[in-house]
Amino acid sequence: MEVKRDRLGGAGDGAGSAAPVDPRTLRVRDANARQLLRGGEIEGLTPAIELERNDDFDLERHVQERVLTTTLDKAVAWARSNSFFPATFGLACCAIEMMSIVAARVDVARFGFEAFRASPRQADLLILSGRVSIKMAPIVRRIYDQMLEPKWAISMGACCSSMGVFNNYALVPADKFMPIDVHVPGCPPRPEALMHGVLKLRKMVQDDPDMGWRERYDAVGTEETLRGA
Amino acid sequence: MPDATALELIRQELGDAVLDTSFFRERATLEVSPQSIRAVLGHLRVKGYAHMASLHGVDYYPHEPRLGVLYELLNMSRVDRISVKLRVPSDAPEVDSVTPDSAEHGGWPTANFQEREVFDMFGVVFRGHPDLRRILMPEDYEGHPQRRDFPIGGEPVIFTYNESPILEGAE
Amino acid sequence: MSASPPTSEYRRREQSITLSPLGEQLEQSHDEQQTSQELLTLNFGPHHPATHGVLRLLVTLRGEIVHDIKPIVGYVHTGIEKTAEDKSYWKVIPVIERMDYLAYHFNSLAYIGAVETLAEVVVPTRAEYLRVIHMELNRIMSHLVWLGTSALDLGAISMFWYCFREREQINDLFEMSTGQRMHTRYFQIGGVAEDVPVGWTEKLRGFVKRMPSSLDQYGDLLNSNEIVLQRLRGTCALDAETLLSLGVTGPLLRAAGNPWDLRKAAPYSCYGDFDFKIPVGTVGDNYDRFAVRMAEMHESVKIIDQALEGLPEGPYITTDRKVALPPRHELATSMEALIHHFKLVTEGLRVPPGEAYYPIEGPRGELGCFVRSDGSSKPARVHMRDPSFVNLQAFSRMAEGSYIADMIATLAMLDPILGGIDR
Repeated sequence: MEVKRDRLGGAGDGAGSAAPVDPRTLRVRDANARQLLRGGEIEGLTPAIELERNDDFDLERHVQERVLTTTLDKAVAWARSNSFFPATFGLACCAIEMMSIVAARVDVARFGFEAFRASPRQADLLILSGRVSIKMAPIVRRIYDQMLEPKWAISMGACCSSMGVFNNYALVPADKFMPIDVHVPGCPPRPEALMHGVLKLRKMVQDDPDMGWRERYDAVGTEETLRGA
Repeated sequence: MPDATALELIRQELGDAVLDTSFFRERATLEVSPQSIRAVLGHLRVKGYAHMASLHGVDYYPHEPRLGVLYELLNMSRVDRISVKLRVPSDAPEVDSVTPDSAEHGGWPTANFQEREVFDMFGVVFRGHPDLRRILMPEDYEGHPQRRDFPIGGEPVIFTYNESPILEGAE
Repeated sequence: MSASPPTSEYRRREQSITLSPLGEQLEQSHDEQQTSQELLTLNFGPHHPATHGVLRLLVTLRGEIVHDIKPIVGYVHTGIEKTAEDKSYWKVIPVIERMDYLAYHFNSLAYIGAVETLAEVVVPTRAEYLRVIHMELNRIMSHLVWLGTSALDLGAISMFWYCFREREQINDLFEMSTGQRMHTRYFQIGGVAEDVPVGWTEKLRGFVKRMPSSLDQYGDLLNSNEIVLQRLRGTCALDAETLLSLGVTGPLLRAAGNPWDLRKAAPYSCYGDFDFKIPVGTVGDNYDRFAVRMAEMHESVKIIDQALEGLPEGPYITTDRKVALPPRHELATSMEALIHHFKLVTEGLRVPPGEAYYPIEGPRGELGCFVRSDGSSKPARVHMRDPSFVNLQAFSRMAEGSYIADMIATLAMLDPILGGIDR
């Protein structure tokens, strides 16, 4: 398998080569993409594909700009996306529908995700299913912190995505204390809906596993590491 | 349910402890004074109402005495229910707990978690409860959520007309 | 804690082993052993694969034997009762349904029954029968989920898939009649929200024919399984008087020998029309709890069969326009119907002031709803007496003196639903 590598910045060897910085290099495209996401335009940059102008326009361009180039990275992303280990994390009613996706009708094992790990250290997908109360929120955060990189989170159901049916003193929407990649609406969402959310996440991970969430949420430095290590 | 006449007989047996009776929609309720609750429940237990189905609190805001505690008793052999109600003012919300002691000695062990819940949600202090802590809210929470003057809380729902002030306030 | 003699077979055998030199330590008398070992406090949960929901247990262990258990709840407290005070009577129904999330029809019937008692609404018979059918289907579904997850805890993993296969059939039935799989909001004050569609009764009949054989298959899978029997027989028994003093009702009490079931003792809705038995256990150990629930599923199928045979024609909701919406065709012709519709939809129905407590038999025990109304269109207090909340108090007494594995099996047989416990 031939691996193509791109030089970063175009000036890896030799001193002061005056080669102009190719706008298609990864670092430049990364910076452009962040600029796009903040709402700015970039001169001289034509998108690779003409996309329809709709509400997701900037996000689509962002995803396009960040598409990986190397085949090895693509292979790794493919492997990661097809082998999520969800953490067993059922909170309330949505947990019953999450158990339904493990059951035979909407079979999550078809996609390779049936290995629900009990320990967060071994899991990489946290499906927050159910309402997060204020007593539970620090514990969810702790479990999420214990998961190892790369990790993703799906907020299943209306209660953790927004406040759901209950808009009161006792609940916290999950976005307030942890980064969520996919929100699945419903109360409770049908197993097919949750499967759609998981598959959407799979597609996102195939395109770009990192998705720069630490930069997006200004969360650099929040990794939980052993003291003294 | 004991019908209205049986209810009056019970009232006469209990004497001063009963402040009021009511028979509404086939349901008998005795309103008793807070000091006498253990005695009343013990008397009713002897009469056959040996099973406590539920213990819950009500906030009668703005009428004082404001905080009510209701005890639903059940007579299994005659399939009979009676409610006992007491009301305490919010500035001195103290009642004897009915939890301590086993059933043979006049206690109601089933009231353990339920009295903790009434304490958590309404602030009624049960004297003599073996472990009176908050049960549903976090241990260090301030306030008693189910009182009527406690705000319901929650997140503001973002529509287009209030989107900018809310998002600016968040940043 | 009193030094209870070891109850199960393997504990007795363990006492008679002679090993050396470790043997001397093990041969210490039971009482000496109690005092010589230290207590270890172990924290189970709230995130743990063996807990049914987010239940946190502080388990004090002496070696591997449980000395005391303190359950800590509140991790899924949703303020349902407070939210219910903020909404009009109809709008409370979906909120209340989400309390005990495997028994949603029961939650709504308890609340609706209390409101109907206060408002003195008469429910037509067809609606009562439809309610009973949906509730018994829900009871079967709740017991199936219990069976699947309990067997998963015990290690009989394949039961999970079989139980959920049946559950999907029940969910299909719910979806056909109500539009939703869970939290259907089908029961309405005065009856049910909609009549069942054409073809639903045939589908239900097919389900009723197939279900008993499926239940027999589950019985065959588990009842002669050596591991299930060893884990469940003789473990964590508790007698009926202690359970009664702790307020426990439902299958746990019936397993201990007390045949208390509100469907028979104080029939509500139209349960008096049906002929069914109440399964009762003898010893009150985990195996009896398991067997009682399995038998209850059989009885529920019988009830559904009888209800289906006897389903009368008629209105599916009360004709009292102050409580239920008038049919659409009347709105074009009748002014009062239009006004009633308007008032019901905007303000909600007004319930005369008073207090009512309506208890029903849920899958876990006595589920009661207390509603206090002050005459306005919003309830002044809604309290759900949840059976799991009260049953959890018995857990510590049940699991005292047993091994951790028995404690896990007992927790599975207790069938706690944290949504109901925490509300």
